[in-house]
Amino acid sequence: MSEVAAVRPKIVPGELAVEGVSKSYGALHFRKDVVQNCSFTIERAKLTVMVGPSGCGKSTLIRLLAGFEEPSAGRILLDGAPVSGPSRDRLVLFQETALFPWMTTWENILYGPRARGELTRETREFGEFLLSKVGLQDFRDKYPLQLSGGMQRRAELARAMINNPKVMILDEPFRGLDAMTKELMWEYYSRLYEENRRTNFFVTTDIDEAVFLADRMLVMSNIPTQVRAVIDVDLPRPRRLIDLVESDRANDIKKQALSILHAEAMRSFSRGSKAAADFVEAYLKRASRA
Amino acid sequence: MLANPAFWRGVVSIAVFLILWEIGSRSKQWMAPEFFTPLKGFLGAMGFKKDYLPWVGAVPAPSAVLGSWAAVFVDASYWQSWYMSFFRVMSGFIAAMIIGIPFGLSLAMSRVAHGIGFPVFEVLRPIPPLAWVPASIIFWPTQESAIAFITFLGAFYTIVINVLGGARSIDVRYFQAAQSMGSSNWDIFRRIILPGTLPSIVVGSAVGMGITWEVVVAAEMISGGGSQQAGTGGGLGFFIWNSYVGGSYEQIVVGMISIGIAGFISSELLRWGGRYATPWLRVR
Repeated sequence: MSEVAAVRPKIVPGELAVEGVSKSYGALHFRKDVVQNCSFTIERAKLTVMVGPSGCGKSTLIRLLAGFEEPSAGRILLDGAPVSGPSRDRLVLFQETALFPWMTTWENILYGPRARGELTRETREFGEFLLSKVGLQDFRDKYPLQLSGGMQRRAELARAMINNPKVMILDEPFRGLDAMTKELMWEYYSRLYEENRRTNFFVTTDIDEAVFLADRMLVMSNIPTQVRAVIDVDLPRPRRLIDLVESDRANDIKKQALSILHAEAMRSFSRGSKAAADFVEAYLKRASRA
Repeated sequence: MLANPAFWRGVVSIAVFLILWEIGSRSKQWMAPEFFTPLKGFLGAMGFKKDYLPWVGAVPAPSAVLGSWAAVFVDASYWQSWYMSFFRVMSGFIAAMIIGIPFGLSLAMSRVAHGIGFPVFEVLRPIPPLAWVPASIIFWPTQESAIAFITFLGAFYTIVINVLGGARSIDVRYFQAAQSMGSSNWDIFRRIILPGTLPSIVVGSAVGMGITWEVVVAAEMISGGGSQQAGTGGGLGFFIWNSYVGGSYEQIVVGMISIGIAGFISSELLRWGGRYATPWLRVR
């Protein structure tokens, strides 16, 4: 495995800066501000996790970062240069699998290099390395329909990583997986991250997931989306799932983030959001258990 | 296959069907004894002919059909009819694929093509292919090309509509993912749009194939089978029409069953080709 590791191309992590970005849909009094004057930095070679209540405009923010949509105001800079349009520099893993169903795992992973005409012996070897890293060697010639949900997510991770993006953007990638699979995915994903330290931007609604994975945690407000707080998650790496339960520091961070989210939910609850009511109820149950 | 209960269910189904048909057709013979008098009285009261079962009693029995089939089996013009119908179906169908698939794809991908092509297409589409028979006999130089054109129309609309719908329903995330990874437009067409539309192409072709068989038979009947020299055969549709005119009722049924078999063979070929072309759908 070590000689395979040697073929890994040099990783050039980037830094993504969001400066005063707003995004609204519709016009005049039908206008809805989804993101309003939002600023934050996705720091170089760090795993930044954005956590916020569901429906808070995180997915809109991701479409802006990926370049599928343009902000109504403000700028998004990658290493100081404004981004325009989708690019391999900023690859997105979507909520549901976007593996091409008509390609095998291996063809899916090699899609990017093949599309750009960069299919060399090195990229193939790097592909093999990634395939083994996500534990899919035995499934290389299977179609996505033949893979389990967790395997599909892993194949997609490999398909993104082979392109050496400067920033990897993950939009609730493990949503919908069962609890056991989800924890397995956390392990796979954090090992991959710890080994090569790319710039990662990970969006989730799951606070445990956020604490386990993050270097930095951005806690978001409800619509219009803004950053409420930035929390440094200074837990040692490599992380183990047991730390999530036993470490006092992890629990402190979790409480801190939850109380911000709770305050945020109360505010939108008072404005009539039903989703926020669910969150408040779940929070109170959880607080009484702890 | 022999261990598969589904196979034996099919065998039983066909056997029972043939037996009931044979019994019904022979009702002229077995209704002769006088203990069927009440039944005959009942049929007469219902307004049917009294000496055999309604409808089915007028149809030649399977045994008679089989005899007639054996007679035409060695007749070259019968096989010539098969060949001609197959040739017409395939030429119309292949032309519909060659023109229909690119046309459907361009309607799906280009707003300009859709704006120009779709209104005309939508006005022509509801016209049944058989309504084109008189016009195409007038416009096309030979009867053969007229029949091929009508079979072409039968498959064309279905293929275009399926390709258009299939290409449009490709998930937008596939395009976003491909674009992000640096795909050119040609690459997206070749590796996303084309395979993404392929299942719809297969479905559209299968439906279109069924319609071509319906259309070719009717076109042959109406146009008089194209070539009318003796012994050359004029397609299976003309074979049926000719048998009807000649009063050979067994041969009508032979022709009908032949078309059933021909249609089955062509859709089976198509299904097989479709499965081969879309291996990722076979794996469920």
